[in-house]
Amino acid sequence: MSSALLAELPALPLHEAGKYVAGAYTVLFALVLVYVAIMALRLSRIERDLGELLEREQAAAAEESEAARRESTLV
Amino acid sequence: MYGRGLRALSISTVAVMALALALVFFWAPLEAEQGFLQKIFYVHVPLAIVSLCGFVAGGLLAIQHLRTRDPRWDMRSYVAIHMSLIFGVATLITGSIWAKGSWGHWWVWDEPTLVSFLIVFLLYATYQPLRFAIEDPERQSRYASVFAITAGAFVPLNFIAVRASTAYVHPRVLGATSNLPWQMSLTFLVSLTAMTLLFVTMCKYELTAKHTRAQLRALRRLADRRSGTASPAPRSGRSAAPSVHATAMTAPPGQGPKAR
Repeated sequence: MSSALLAELPALPLHEAGKYVAGAYTVLFALVLVYVAIMALRLSRIERDLGELLEREQAAAAEESEAARRESTLV
Repeated sequence: MYGRGLRALSISTVAVMALALALVFFWAPLEAEQGFLQKIFYVHVPLAIVSLCGFVAGGLLAIQHLRTRDPRWDMRSYVAIHMSLIFGVATLITGSIWAKGSWGHWWVWDEPTLVSFLIVFLLYATYQPLRFAIEDPERQSRYASVFAITAGAFVPLNFIAVRASTAYVHPRVLGATSNLPWQMSLTFLVSLTAMTLLFVTMCKYELTAKHTRAQLRALRRLADRRSGTASPAPRSGRSAAPSVHATAMTAPPGQGPKAR
């Protein structure tokens, strides 16, 4: 079906030059894809760091409230 | 701060890129001499123009950095040059592919436009090592700005010199678009817009990512200070990237910390 569709497209004469044109446009898409992959890695690192920080802060807050509760029961 | 308008920018970039590709492959007529191979023109030339303009923009942002001593301008200049280098690599690769298809060689040394672009690219390839070589962040940003301004001035001079001196072997684009059929000119302009949007979007993403990391580091330091634990060293070893504190990046213009 795809070959039939390609045969119908008038502006895509995929002869000898086709591989060069495909190569050039692939370079552009590879550039964008690599960049998106790098951004995804960075984002996951930020998410992990933020998660760690949140976990630590939640633990500290819980510890603080526990200490305050103990103090109030002692008083 | 840097993330403002990023979604709209990303959507318009994707839309204009899709439109450019549709125009290139389904609307623009085939060129008489090169035929289908000429379609590379719509990706190679915009890449080269955006890359060179990015280098010049890096120089202009560096002027602003030296004027205000605000590290945010150094960060913007760094990101513009960094992205231009990536676009430069893509320009060289697509140019080589076009040269192979058109002339039968991957590279032609006696073609001034190619060689001059390579010289500009190699000049800017020394930007990151220069930054990396200087440990003191103040000196690093100052020297990098001076480099960006000098090299940025070299880009248009080089361009003019090549155009003024040469043999008409390489296809001329700027100033010669009037010779193109209007469908080709329009397709080229849409492709150029798409590439410019891609460049701006990538720069904005880069700046947002750096800003977010700086904010996260600042938040960690605050949390460490509050809990009384020792904060880890902010940076392990030297880096080519500018070190900008989160407060400097969020402060209104002119109110960020100044370098000496």
